[in-house]
Amino acid sequence: MAKTQISMTVNGAAVDALVEPRTLLIHFLREQLNLTGPHIGCDTSHCGACTIDLDGRSVKSCTMFAVQAIGADIRTIEGMANADGTLHALQEGFREMHGLQCGFCTPGMIVRAYRLLQENASPSEEEIRFGISGNLCRCTGYQNIVKAIQYAAAKLNGVPFQEAAE
Amino acid sequence: MIPGPFAYHRPTSVKDALALLADLGDEARPLAGGHSLIPMMKLRLATPGHLVDLAGVADLKGIRAEGGDIVIGAMTTQHELVGSDLLARKIPILRETSLLIADPQVRYVGTLGGNVANGDPGNDMPAVMLCLGATYHVSGKGGDRRVAAREFYQGAYFTALEPGEILSAIRIPVPVAGHGHAYQKLKRKIGDYATAAAAVVLTLKGGGEVASCSIGLTNVAETPLWAEDAANILVGSRLDAATVKQAVAAAEAITSPASDQRGPAQYRTKMAGVMLARALARAKERARP
Repeated sequence: MAKTQISMTVNGAAVDALVEPRTLLIHFLREQLNLTGPHIGCDTSHCGACTIDLDGRSVKSCTMFAVQAIGADIRTIEGMANADGTLHALQEGFREMHGLQCGFCTPGMIVRAYRLLQENASPSEEEIRFGISGNLCRCTGYQNIVKAIQYAAAKLNGVPFQEAAE
Repeated sequence: MIPGPFAYHRPTSVKDALALLADLGDEARPLAGGHSLIPMMKLRLATPGHLVDLAGVADLKGIRAEGGDIVIGAMTTQHELVGSDLLARKIPILRETSLLIADPQVRYVGTLGGNVANGDPGNDMPAVMLCLGATYHVSGKGGDRRVAAREFYQGAYFTALEPGEILSAIRIPVPVAGHGHAYQKLKRKIGDYATAAAAVVLTLKGGGEVASCSIGLTNVAETPLWAEDAANILVGSRLDAATVKQAVAAAEAITSPASDQRGPAQYRTKMAGVMLARALARAKERARP
């Protein structure tokens, strides 16, 4: 099958490439761009490990073709840290609050939480849980992930983070 | 999982999309949000030779009021339905239903048109469209036609769409102000299809009697169901327990679910009844005479 020329922006950089139309976006990111942060978990659009940010939406890149992303502006976990190399508030939150154990779901969780906080800067615990309901974690039981997102929201809002009593 | 090879087309107008579908024939499939088609392609249960991506067709987007109707472009996503102030004011059952579909990521991409056109009995919007008395705008190379949602569904994945046609918009008559609504969905987890679900839109008279009622049921037959008899039983009543019980029995009687991982058929039928009773109670609470 003939290859198609695609161009898009990934983590702020212009990307031009040739892909077969059937190439899934997750395979393009991982295998052609060597961005192995987005993971292939379930490969059936359930687990959210492959979540990326695409034109202001959280998208499961295992269920989209690279050709569908022509002209898109994409951000993956590799593009989350600040320009000076310091961690994004969400990355810091996951470290400080122990929001990961094995780490497999973390890139998807952080990228999804990034969009959630863009849309709702001060989400309630319930809104956070609903907002990350498309991302599965098999280690943490979610409690510390929720705390990590609360930590990041507080930091981004410039207010002190207070852990809710358990 | 890697899909079979195909050629990718990205038309920018409905006319060009229809011309492509006509020229490419059986080998071509229109692509909307892709969250039903792409998983099927990854499993090689679908192997289209051509995909006609409708994402670049601006005319298929948007939500607008037109007379007493609201017209929603087929490529409008569930996320956009959730965020629409116009829909929140005029047809709030659409927001309630959208939030019960899949998960946030899928709602950013999944479209209303794909949800209603695919003919998957597990999809939530078709029963809501039966309930609301929606009409589908269908475009083909030979011209446009309109099909009532209540006449659109013929079997699992079989609809009134002819080869080469696309469903371009959904037209919904705005329910009267003060109507009560509810979509009640039983599911095992976020992202699951309904074990059973019920959509209700009703209006009440000053004395609390039901003036009008419409009921749709999800995933308890090969097609979505419009429970006309059940709704008629309720008209004129005050939704007292005995009448609701009778209506629930009438609704259960038209179901024919499959036994699957979501439970045996008898259970799913009963759950359709439970969802209907809950939806009626919620709709009554929300209705203003």
